[in-house]
Amino acid sequence: MKADQREVGVRGPVAARGGTSQSARPRRVLDALDRAIVNRLQDGIAVEARPFATCAAELGIDEASLVRRIEGLLADGVLTRFGPMYDAERLGGAFSLCAMAVPAERFDDVAEVVNGFPEVAHNYERAHRLNMWFVVGAGSRADVDRVVAAIAAETGIEVVDLPKIEEFFVGLRLEV
Amino acid sequence: MSDVSARQRACAPTDPEWLEGAVVLATQAGLPLVSRPFEAVAERIGATPEAVEACMRSMLERGAIRRIAAVPNHYAIGYAANGMSVWDVDDALTAECGRAVGALDFVSHCYQRPRRPPVWPYNLFAMVHGRDRQEVEGKVATIARMLGDRVRGFEVLYSTRILKKTGLRLRRGDADATQPTRAR
Repeated sequence: MKADQREVGVRGPVAARGGTSQSARPRRVLDALDRAIVNRLQDGIAVEARPFATCAAELGIDEASLVRRIEGLLADGVLTRFGPMYDAERLGGAFSLCAMAVPAERFDDVAEVVNGFPEVAHNYERAHRLNMWFVVGAGSRADVDRVVAAIAAETGIEVVDLPKIEEFFVGLRLEV
Repeated sequence: MSDVSARQRACAPTDPEWLEGAVVLATQAGLPLVSRPFEAVAERIGATPEAVEACMRSMLERGAIRRIAAVPNHYAIGYAANGMSVWDVDDALTAECGRAVGALDFVSHCYQRPRRPPVWPYNLFAMVHGRDRQEVEGKVATIARMLGDRVRGFEVLYSTRILKKTGLRLRRGDADATQPTRAR
């Protein structure tokens, strides 16, 4: 970890438009302790009575300071979340990543149809022949199949259904 | 949360299924930032701290909870670019390739998915993060070198627009939201 301070920009989801040209709006300068905390907390805490006390001791600070820092990192948008990362599938749902090749002139209308399904959680435009990518989540695989079939029927466009076969890793674990 | 109190009325707080549902609902937006967070969760749902801790350990053991951890806003920490890299590797080698790619620190998600020939020949997905698109390209090249001749073809798909982003529903009939309440 470098000792210098680095300006960070915090922006909303529109930043996902990609490319390198957007200018970041700096809201918080991460100091060395912030970076140590962000790096350490990405690895996870244990289930114990006072997990922050354990982490704080590792970082050489006291528990209350660590908790305040985490609050600040959340408030400034450096962290989006702190808590259990649930695998929704293992909690009893079914999900699939789906893709469609949507003609440019119909793109917005089709997006409206797809987004209108409450089972569609995320939907992204991507630069590819298959230009619309979305996640369908429902209570069971049969429910997912029904939603996929309904989207294909309502749009008249083939839905390429790509359910997860195996998960090798999930988690953001980016060194700062 | 009203759903939790409804459940509390319907089931006994000692029922493991009730407890798990209540813990998920009480923590899916985040863990309370207090000295004794699991005790705070227990208090909120009307269970004992020991029961909540045992429940969360059990979910960790079977992978229903991946980690209890911080999720950085990757834009905020300087990782503005991300690309969905997709790879066509021999089915018999997918697991070893997936484990190797998933272990790279710039890969946030790595999955095996089915091919759909002729429209979709790729069976390994890896989301790659970098400070800009050029860095993402460099990291994708690292994966390509690492996988060597096990790769028959690959592409990187960049997102150009978010069309919808709501939380995944964690449990049928329950309130939505893996979405953070604190994110701006």
